[in-house]
Amino acid sequence: MVKFEIHNLNVWFGSVHAIKQVNIEIQSNEILSLIGPSNSGKTTFLHTLNRLNDLDRSYKMSGRVELEREDIRAVDIEELRRKIGMVFALPLPLPLSVFDNVAYGVRMQGERKKKKLEEKVENALRQAYLWEEVKERLSESAFQLSGGQQQRLCIARTLAVGPEVILFDEPCSGLDPISTAKVEDAMVRLKQNYTIVLVTNNVKQAARVGDKTAFFLSGELIEIDKTDKIFTAPKDKRTDDYIRGKFG
Amino acid sequence: MRNPYRTQNIAFFFLFLATLLIVIPVGLIIVIIIQKGLPAINWQFISDIPRQGMRAGGILPAIIGTLYLVTGAIIFALPIGLLAAIYLSEYAKDNLLTRLIKLAIVNLAGVPSVVYGLFGLALFVVFLKFGASILAGLLTLGIMILPIIITTSREALESVPYSFREVSLSLGASRWQTIRHVVLPNALPGILTGTILGLGRAAGETAPILFTVAAFYLPRLPKSIFDQVMALPYHLYVISTQVPNVDEKVRYGTALVLLVLVLFMNLVAIIIRYQFRKKKKW
Repeated sequence: MVKFEIHNLNVWFGSVHAIKQVNIEIQSNEILSLIGPSNSGKTTFLHTLNRLNDLDRSYKMSGRVELEREDIRAVDIEELRRKIGMVFALPLPLPLSVFDNVAYGVRMQGERKKKKLEEKVENALRQAYLWEEVKERLSESAFQLSGGQQQRLCIARTLAVGPEVILFDEPCSGLDPISTAKVEDAMVRLKQNYTIVLVTNNVKQAARVGDKTAFFLSGELIEIDKTDKIFTAPKDKRTDDYIRGKFG
Repeated sequence: MRNPYRTQNIAFFFLFLATLLIVIPVGLIIVIIIQKGLPAINWQFISDIPRQGMRAGGILPAIIGTLYLVTGAIIFALPIGLLAAIYLSEYAKDNLLTRLIKLAIVNLAGVPSVVYGLFGLALFVVFLKFGASILAGLLTLGIMILPIIITTSREALESVPYSFREVSLSLGASRWQTIRHVVLPNALPGILTGTILGLGRAAGETAPILFTVAAFYLPRLPKSIFDQVMALPYHLYVISTQVPNVDEKVRYGTALVLLVLVLFMNLVAIIIRYQFRKKKKW
């Protein structure tokens, strides 16, 4: 099923043309990896999907972004962001306890009942494969957790809100290989129930977890295809150069 | 060849000297006030009305007056200042008008207090017909400390990492929820610092209350906010320059009480701030 349809997307920040004429379809229950050098527009693309770009006053866009055939600009912005969760590049726990971090989004929807909150927090932590490690430490500050645990906490926090799509913005850039493996593991299992868009600077990560891979360069979508295709027989020479590490 | 250790030592020496130069006068002031004022402090001094033309008795009306004025000024200025700061830092568009407003507020913090006194006299005492009263005085003091509170609160709000806001919004929280649950709690220590600064200023200023509330000699406690009242800084001025033959220890005693009062009120804010800082970790 098609989750996202993006038609002729152009994005500007002031006079900088950050995304040029991009067309993509994103299927549900699949991981789409976005690769490309820094400043190629990957993160901007991600922030377009949950309208986080709207915070920037110099932001302008044209084209259409449709979530299940509905223009995302027509949807209530808080509702949209609940549907489209996001995990940031660095683990960014809020300065709250482990429990309160995961419960944050649920509380903001008005849920007050302790039972319900506990249920949702446990559920989300289990989905992020963190429950066993933190079930005794729920009232500790989230900053007491290790970097990898913090990032999975952020995933759990996103899951607790009950999203349909999860955007990962270089989620492993600050993590060691073992933590990275755990986060990747979580992502692969999560795709059964969610649509995942992953921005990564790590080409190998895209090869490991992505069902599809899209290559961005200077704001243009150069190529999008099944991950094996991109990594074995890319159509564009620039894609080939990038995944072989010739530039970027 | 230059010896890097020697240049370092010279630098350290001057840095240390500068610190010492600041500490010595402050320390001296405190020591002198305590030394000369402490003999005057006794139960009667802080619980009795002034007697014999302020040469004997106590200073209770002035203590109460200052407490009322400072508390009232904070109650008036903190909410308004905080709301304005939130608007300016979180909602206002960054355009010429906003920048002008911000500039004006920063500059207002530097306006001499006597100007605020005159303003309070014109607006509250005369135009709004509050008369010389606690109400007029606390409003004048409140307006005087508003720019301090707005400026420090704004800086505190803006120093909360932007990523916290992004995280909160990305979880579907509204902008107001983000401000209320993420930005404000983390800005609170800074906001309280502003409050402490404002509080100290309000307690110590003489000029604004001179025109709007302070009584030269009023040996009774105020009955309502439309009463005049004595206040410590003005009382200190009066007994130091306007009344002959006041014992030195009474003057220094009054100064000591003012100092302790400000310290006590600050302590409350400092304790709250400490509690919040313990939680703040990033």
